[in-house]
Amino acid sequence: MVRITINGVEYQVEDDITILEACNRLDIPIPTLCHDERLNPYGACRLCLVELKGKNKLEASCTTKVRDGMEVETHSDKVVRTRREILDLLFSNHPEDCLTCEKSGDCKLQDYCYEYGVEKGSYLGEKRDYSIDDSNHFYTYDPNKCILCGKCVRVCDQLQGTSAIGFENRGFKTKVSTPFDMGLAKSTCVSCGNCVAACPVGALLPKRKIRYRAWEVKKVKTTCSYCGVGCQMYLLVKGNQVVGVEPAEGKPNNGLLCVKGRFGYSFINHTDRLKTPLIKRNGKFEEASWEEVYDLIVSKIKESKAKYGPNSLAGLTSARCTNEENYLFQKMFRALIGTNNVDHCARL
Amino acid sequence: MTNSIEEVLDNDAMFVIGSNTTENHPVIGTFMKQAIRRGTKLIVADPRRIELADYADVFLQIKPGTNIALINGMIHVIIENKLYDRDFVDKHTENFEELKKVVKDYTPELAAEICGVDKEDIIKAARIYAEAERAGIYYAMGITQHTTGTHSVMSLSNLSLICGNIGKEGAGINPLRGQNNVQGACDMGGLPTDLPGYQKVFKDEAREKFERVWKVKLPSKVGLTVPEILDEAEKGKIKFLYIMGENPMVSDPDINHVKKALTSLDFLIVQDIFLTETAELADVVLPAASFAEKDGTFTNTERRVQRIRKAIEPVGAAKADWQILTDLMVRLGHDKKYSHPSEIMDEIRSVTPSYRGISYDRIEVEGIQWPCTYMKHPGTKYLHREGIARGKGLLMAVDHRDSAEVPDSEYPFILTTGRLLYQYHTRTMTGRVDGLNKLAPESFVEINDATANKLNISNGDKVRLTTRRGSIITTARVTEIVDEGVVFMPFHYTEGAVNYLTNTKLDEHAKIPELKVAAVKIEKVGS
Repeated sequence: MVRITINGVEYQVEDDITILEACNRLDIPIPTLCHDERLNPYGACRLCLVELKGKNKLEASCTTKVRDGMEVETHSDKVVRTRREILDLLFSNHPEDCLTCEKSGDCKLQDYCYEYGVEKGSYLGEKRDYSIDDSNHFYTYDPNKCILCGKCVRVCDQLQGTSAIGFENRGFKTKVSTPFDMGLAKSTCVSCGNCVAACPVGALLPKRKIRYRAWEVKKVKTTCSYCGVGCQMYLLVKGNQVVGVEPAEGKPNNGLLCVKGRFGYSFINHTDRLKTPLIKRNGKFEEASWEEVYDLIVSKIKESKAKYGPNSLAGLTSARCTNEENYLFQKMFRALIGTNNVDHCARL
Repeated sequence: MTNSIEEVLDNDAMFVIGSNTTENHPVIGTFMKQAIRRGTKLIVADPRRIELADYADVFLQIKPGTNIALINGMIHVIIENKLYDRDFVDKHTENFEELKKVVKDYTPELAAEICGVDKEDIIKAARIYAEAERAGIYYAMGITQHTTGTHSVMSLSNLSLICGNIGKEGAGINPLRGQNNVQGACDMGGLPTDLPGYQKVFKDEAREKFERVWKVKLPSKVGLTVPEILDEAEKGKIKFLYIMGENPMVSDPDINHVKKALTSLDFLIVQDIFLTETAELADVVLPAASFAEKDGTFTNTERRVQRIRKAIEPVGAAKADWQILTDLMVRLGHDKKYSHPSEIMDEIRSVTPSYRGISYDRIEVEGIQWPCTYMKHPGTKYLHREGIARGKGLLMAVDHRDSAEVPDSEYPFILTTGRLLYQYHTRTMTGRVDGLNKLAPESFVEINDATANKLNISNGDKVRLTTRRGSIITTARVTEIVDEGVVFMPFHYTEGAVNYLTNTKLDEHAKIPELKVAAVKIEKVGS
């Protein structure tokens, strides 16, 4: 443990952590656009700068480790002025379309500009004018909104292990791109969307069938219904429709998803969904009430059991249903019908 | 899995066999790639040059159906070179001498010949696995969907035991379960031999315990497995079948046989979220709620019991499966009417020792891994920590055996099957997601370019594949992913469904069909 003073208050913190990590643990807010605790510290956005006593130069808190006796100012005049300058520089080269931007309400650049009072970019001059890459089926990339924090590039590389995207060119012309700028559809991208989840601004956005504003959706934490990894994620709900999915942090998926979990949700509210019980009469399905089908099923169970014995009945329970449902299904067959003819597709 | 998913990052070596992890368990695949970057060694054995092969220190492109020969070959090398953990073998295993005797014949030369790989690669793989401090084995249906599936799993267990790679953090045997809750469906007694918690129906003590709680006499006769149910239905012995959330008309081997079986029934109920190929054949179809429309729990491949939560109301008149079952059970005389899945979990906990400490309150924030045997139990990150569960690890000496069907002059190629990143199982869900269908629109067969050349087949040609069970037309994809003599098809698609071709022959122990090997004939359509 080391002793450090932050904004005049003394704290004991673990050694070998950064100033940013210490502040996060102490609930002292520090703005950052490029930091992600799953990635190596990067120090790109400079927004997390802090003032250290005895040092003239401001230091990036995400790359500076705590030292015993260190005195840190996180919101001194100099720090706040510098942050405002950085945000001004970023916003000067950013489309001023927050009114219609899909990211509005969930955008870190917007939040920090609000917090630091940056209303418009004061550096008038050339702005980027790139075409939007919408070649991927699930998300778009608008380089004009990109703040070059590098999170997408690093997530794709360090966490996803795909390395489909990287930086090209230098200086003002720096851009996140696929090899030879061929576009996402022709890259090695596997559409996991982990870059989209990491993007702090509106540069990487999921394609949406149903549009929504960030504040209109309710987020419900759940478990992905595809493979057995059991990724934790949030369903984004507007009205009675699932309109999107976002990954959840923690075990077992550490904020990562795959293409199916992240973008394969539109079956939920699909028009093909079965909405009423059906009974086949003369080879054709007819709509029926629940009471009607329950009565029919119960009479068929009793009939089959009486005529041919309980082992003439069988049930396939489901690896797609919940534990509770599987428990009930096998209980029904064993305890109420009287057979162990219960299995599921574990072998398929 | 004996280990946890996060322990992938603790492995010094990984042995991935019969699992195309980056496509079928993509997020575990990303952890594997992260581990490789940190220096973890990787051995991959698969009939296809899958993505992980590109990262492997050794890639063994084995012939389908030769897993045991490969593993026995590796064990042979490990024993011959005294690379095994003698202390662990002495203290924690039995039957080592018998194993030694059987693997003696599996010289790297012989194993290499059976598997169709280089013997030096078998030696290298054995060394990497045995010399690692902590090595993890990862497998999926490339190991199990064979008539020798059970023996293949046993041979992986042998490999892990003789190297002491079990009961440690970052070392173990890790079957990657395919479906979201296949682990839970097994845990809950969705098996003809097992009551919840793997308590056997034929054991009086187990049955009596459930009889006391359920207040009813229970049958002791072991029930039928899926393939047996279908066989008996075709024979007219099974009259009534209730299928909840499954689609055997696409997923099961020999679809012609499945159809005959299902249409021979007196009464078929299908409960699903869509009118599947199987539901089309039903007498009654029940509309179920999707996972977004109900509360409950799924148990993932690392034994973690996790919540799902109701986000929207069920569409139309659909009902959650647990509600449908509760309604029916009450009508069949059940004494309880559950009003929320948490009440069902409370009952599960009372009869299932490994779930005894799991309640909705405890898993509100983060899921718990079973075994979790009391309310303050933290859950179990990895199994066999306090020694092998059965006392001593039983080494099972098993021999390689040919697949039920091997190529001959009439059916000269081996057909193997699998899955794609962009589709899921029988496509009832992913088939309704536009982007996924654009990326993986239709059935295809991967054919090695040399084979294609011999048969005068070009990329994109329509080809007819025929086995002893059926014939389908699909599109050729000429590639080097598969070796000469082997062709691969994904099983997701209804049109050009590979399961018209697959073999129903079962592993005698687990009753799993040999979906990974069939002998097939290939012809260019129109030639």
